[in-house]
Amino acid sequence: MGSSMARGDIENLATDFFGLFESFKHAPFYHIIIEVSLLLAVVWLLFFRKPRPIEKKLTEKEKQELIDEWQPEPLVPPVDSNHPALNVRVLDGIVGKTVEIDGRKSLNFATFNFLNFVGNQRIADKAIQAVQKYGVGSCGPRGFYGTIDIHLELEERLAKFFSCEEGIIYSYGFSTIASIIPAYSKRNDILFVDEGVHYAIQKGVEASRSHVKWFRHNDINDLERLLAEQDVLDKKNPKKARTIRRFLIIEGLYVNYGDICPLPRMVELKYKYKYRIFIDESVSFGTIGQTGRGITEYYEYSIGSIGGFAVGSSFVVDHQRLSAQGYCFSASLPPLLAAAAIEALNIMEEDHTLLFETIMAKSKRLHKKLLSIKGYIINGDEISALKHLRLTNSLNTVGRLEEIVQFAQSRDITITVARYLTDEHHLPEPSIRLILNVEMTDEELEFLCTVLQEALVKVTA
Amino acid sequence: MKSTNFRMVNKNVEINYDNNNKSKSIDEDDLQCEEFEETPLYAAVLTYISYAILCLFGWLRDFLRQSKIEKKRGAVDPNASLGFVPLYQSYESFYTRNMYTRVRDIFNRPIASVPGPQFELTERISDDYNWTYRYTGKTVSAINLGSYNYLGFAEKTGPCAIDTINGLKSYAIANCSTRSEIGTQRYHIELEQLVAEFLGVESCIAFGMGFATNALNIPVIASKGDLILSDEMNHISLILGMRLSGACYQTFEHNDMNDLEKKLRAAIVHGHSRTNRPWKKIIIVVEGVYSMEGSICRLPQLIELKKKYKAYLYMDEAHSIGAMGKSGRGIVDYFNVNSNDVDILMGTFTKSFGSAGGYIAGKKSLIDHIRVNSHAHTYASSMSAPIVQQIISSLQLLKGPEGQKRINQLADNARYFRRKLVDMGFIIYGNKYSPVVPMLLYMPARVTRFNREMLRRGIAVVTVGFPATKLLEARVRFCLSAAHTRQMLDAALEAIDEVGTDISLRYSTRHKPQRLKDL
Repeated sequence: MGSSMARGDIENLATDFFGLFESFKHAPFYHIIIEVSLLLAVVWLLFFRKPRPIEKKLTEKEKQELIDEWQPEPLVPPVDSNHPALNVRVLDGIVGKTVEIDGRKSLNFATFNFLNFVGNQRIADKAIQAVQKYGVGSCGPRGFYGTIDIHLELEERLAKFFSCEEGIIYSYGFSTIASIIPAYSKRNDILFVDEGVHYAIQKGVEASRSHVKWFRHNDINDLERLLAEQDVLDKKNPKKARTIRRFLIIEGLYVNYGDICPLPRMVELKYKYKYRIFIDESVSFGTIGQTGRGITEYYEYSIGSIGGFAVGSSFVVDHQRLSAQGYCFSASLPPLLAAAAIEALNIMEEDHTLLFETIMAKSKRLHKKLLSIKGYIINGDEISALKHLRLTNSLNTVGRLEEIVQFAQSRDITITVARYLTDEHHLPEPSIRLILNVEMTDEELEFLCTVLQEALVKVTA
Repeated sequence: MKSTNFRMVNKNVEINYDNNNKSKSIDEDDLQCEEFEETPLYAAVLTYISYAILCLFGWLRDFLRQSKIEKKRGAVDPNASLGFVPLYQSYESFYTRNMYTRVRDIFNRPIASVPGPQFELTERISDDYNWTYRYTGKTVSAINLGSYNYLGFAEKTGPCAIDTINGLKSYAIANCSTRSEIGTQRYHIELEQLVAEFLGVESCIAFGMGFATNALNIPVIASKGDLILSDEMNHISLILGMRLSGACYQTFEHNDMNDLEKKLRAAIVHGHSRTNRPWKKIIIVVEGVYSMEGSICRLPQLIELKKKYKAYLYMDEAHSIGAMGKSGRGIVDYFNVNSNDVDILMGTFTKSFGSAGGYIAGKKSLIDHIRVNSHAHTYASSMSAPIVQQIISSLQLLKGPEGQKRINQLADNARYFRRKLVDMGFIIYGNKYSPVVPMLLYMPARVTRFNREMLRRGIAVVTVGFPATKLLEARVRFCLSAAHTRQMLDAALEAIDEVGTDISLRYSTRHKPQRLKDL
């Protein structure tokens, strides 16, 4: 029924084909070959030819042209000659409770000299003895005859002071934490880091190449949130979770903020979520706690030299002797600095309670006095000997703070604006970092507050 | 297995050691003459077999410890049973437990005196195969061929020590502040000016630690979008600095200028390998003297290449400042080139000046930029007064006749020691003028035995193996000093001769094995 094609049409079609077939038989041979080749060529073009990439083969001449044309950037960009780092105050002499700048003496509230060990005669004598016994430099890394018996003594003393099994010392404060973190935390591990940590810790974290989770400064709830999130991920893939190490990195007393970390809660969470804690006690060592043992003592669980150290159980600390780069590949601490540190520890152990009680009490008094000056915001715990001073809101610029510092200098008080590099992870607000020396008298503290008050008036006028 | 090929710059097969120490012709080929003899086949095979046997025994011991047949030694994790993820994977500490601990006594030897040409080692004895030590309280005297004391400034008496003590009295030990805040003292500025003058450049900046100088300042000079071409044997502080900077880095074969040129051309022509964007700048990083190889960088060719391709050159002179060159000004002095041709000169004060710290020197614009942006300048404590005073005193001494005497003595000692060792038939790597003399030992057991035998004969040496060197090329590295007398060197050579014969260390096929008494 659907055959609209007449029977004749079909016959015509058949005849045509038959004719075609007949013509093949009569065609000259070469004709057939050409036709077949063309057919094969079409089939090949359609199905088998791969698109050839356009190869950029440059001739030698072109390469040379590119090389001649290429202009690199200058090695360094131009720098502003008024930058504060290029116009620092130059000191002379011992930088203790007072400091001499351009012939004038001023009270020093700027250097990290909490216990006033700088210039201490006992420490200086011990250091001189060390020079007379060992010379100045140690001439080698720890592995190759750079280990001097005084290093071993210092490590033992530090471990004993903190009631830990073992201690290890480094020759540079910055590299201590920057070498320790990558020694333990590798690519697959997770680091929970407080946002307010100082730059050396940030660099250590970067060098470790681990996953980093930043939590808001001193915000234990934020930390719990992150830990809970990670826990959920762990439950989904328990096999992988068993190979990921976790670390919490915090400071005892934050250099950039002056406040203390909530350690007890963090230790509770440690046992719940199974992470290990690294505490950087650069500032809390020697300033808080009944005997200066830092934050662990403050919560009752448990120098004026250069260098850094780490203490802990032997299991943990020993690993650094082979894998911490700043320890293995660098010259060891000069013996005179080690001798000074040992003597400082001696003084701390002898004098104990009085020295540390005094500094905590004076910090509290200073805190109260500073709070009474209207117009400043004081950051930092009241017992912390390190405080940050800011102006209110929009007034708080580096320029105004520098003016305050200059005014104070003219009145013979040395203070400093805290310096940071612009690529900090969480750049703190501009501030003046005030550091209390345990030997400061109440009159001197009063004088400081008076000067700060006058400076404020001058700057906000 | 990659065998080290026999590479020499000049085509002479014989290394000419002139007996006459004076009037050396300043022939560039001669200055760059280095030797890296090929590893003999039997040594390579035996070394691989040694490591295989050590691994087998390691696995056996681990198995015994796991199945409690043997007691577990070493520190134990106090939190082991509480469900924490183990701090170290067991395969990571396999090497530490089973290979390193067995020979631990040859490393980290404590000393009880100044690290001069002769020193006192504290005697320590282990009753349980190096798991624990006890100190007997006695000391052992030994000749020091291990410390970096090239010009002999590790002294406890003398003008430098006196100056240091005076510096301590006037300035106390620490400043407790950073350079950019309130930690800059007049002596820092004096030091930087002196060093800049000494090196013949515009300006200089000094830091408290050599390792940190590299690691914290390379990120200031290089950043994302730059390319760094570094020699494959560069120190780990340079590599850390390169990693932290965010720039891309490629390595070129050790001291191979043809390979470097090829890579430079490819870099400029093709740009970044994925995006094809042109590089913002290219920095070549090399060291003056390579402390493990004993070789010296090819500075004249590097300067030529850098000018031709508009790259920048960073030279780390940790081991060469003070030790090389007619007046101790480093490799620039050694090859007699213009110090302004090297864009960034870096060095340390630990090795030749008997102190601690590092510096970077160059044009004022570069140094100002570093001052503003450096991590160490902004966050690290400024250098201690006695340390700086030692550097200043030794620098001033170097300019005078006493300094020149030390420089010449070091050069003499280096040449003499190396010549004798080579003539005895040991394989020695590196440049014939370098104060670092590495001698190849290959097998791990020989390394350990050599070290212990030498100490028994009163010579303290530094032996290094994997992972500080390639697996096959374990070696002993002698660091010569201007303070070594001819007698000390002869005593050392005798000991090496004896031990070398006992353990069959004369691997060289280029030089006939001979006893010291036959030379």
